[in-house]
Amino acid sequence: MKELSLNILDVTENSVSAGAKNIEVSLIEDEKGLLTLTIGDNGCGMTPEVVKSVIDPFYTTRTTRKVGLGVPLLKMAAEQTGGSIDIKSEVGVGTTVTATFDTKSIDFTPIGDMVSTMTTLIMGAPDRDFEYIHRKPGAEVTLSTLQLREVLGDVSLGEPEIIAWIKDYLTEQYNNFGGTN
Amino acid sequence: MKSLAELAAIRDKMKNKVAIRDSETGTRIVVGMATCGIAAGARPVLAQFVEEVANAGLSDAITVTQTGCIGICQYEPVVEVYEAGKDKVTYVKMDVDKAKRVFAEHIQGGRIVTEYTMDNK
Repeated sequence: MKELSLNILDVTENSVSAGAKNIEVSLIEDEKGLLTLTIGDNGCGMTPEVVKSVIDPFYTTRTTRKVGLGVPLLKMAAEQTGGSIDIKSEVGVGTTVTATFDTKSIDFTPIGDMVSTMTTLIMGAPDRDFEYIHRKPGAEVTLSTLQLREVLGDVSLGEPEIIAWIKDYLTEQYNNFGGTN
Repeated sequence: MKSLAELAAIRDKMKNKVAIRDSETGTRIVVGMATCGIAAGARPVLAQFVEEVANAGLSDAITVTQTGCIGICQYEPVVEVYEAGKDKVTYVKMDVDKAKRVFAEHIQGGRIVTEYTMDNK
């Protein structure tokens, strides 16, 4: 993947597929350049055996073919910077994927366009709620679809006009964020 | 600054529109957004179609949706166009410029851009 935001889009789609109603995506950068990515959901969850095998590229729950590369690619992106990945999951409760990255590593994949990742996710699953936060020392970007839904009533988050508003809303916040890695 | 008041104004405008949409008879543009599609560049292709539909004011007649892997990963980004009463058209190895052309010539003009279709590969 050319950008970390693409890995995030891909792995967060797993939360959507898991039937999660609430999905949290957080990117927290500290002053030492450590980036922690958390993708948490209240989807169907996985058994300990499945969690163990999910980082294996030749594991997938699909029955049509036998390769699932989303999590292994995220693991590779984290580990090549000296970071790591951790998956906690419980059947019926949900899954949390946490990955850490050393942003100072020469092998760190730039975060890239998180605005497109979030709008793509919301567009693809407008019936779910996403909590997004990207924080670094002195700046943050946030989005809560739950908050938007209170305003929207029964108008879908997936309407092109609403997606356009969300895009501008996030872009504006990123303009004050001072750029991403 | 974008405000929630502005969002409320968009909502009020939308409320009247939602009822008249009929996705059963309209055109559907489906973009493959599995790992293979995303890695090959599907995200900007999807965004381009959404933008074209919005700019043309055709969001009542055309829906842009996402799907998983359809099994031809080597041809990603893959875009399928479904129109009522017509055969599905599968475009392969798409990019932003190809998306613009497909929108103008096929979706709006009714002429399939055969050089980008699956059958041509």
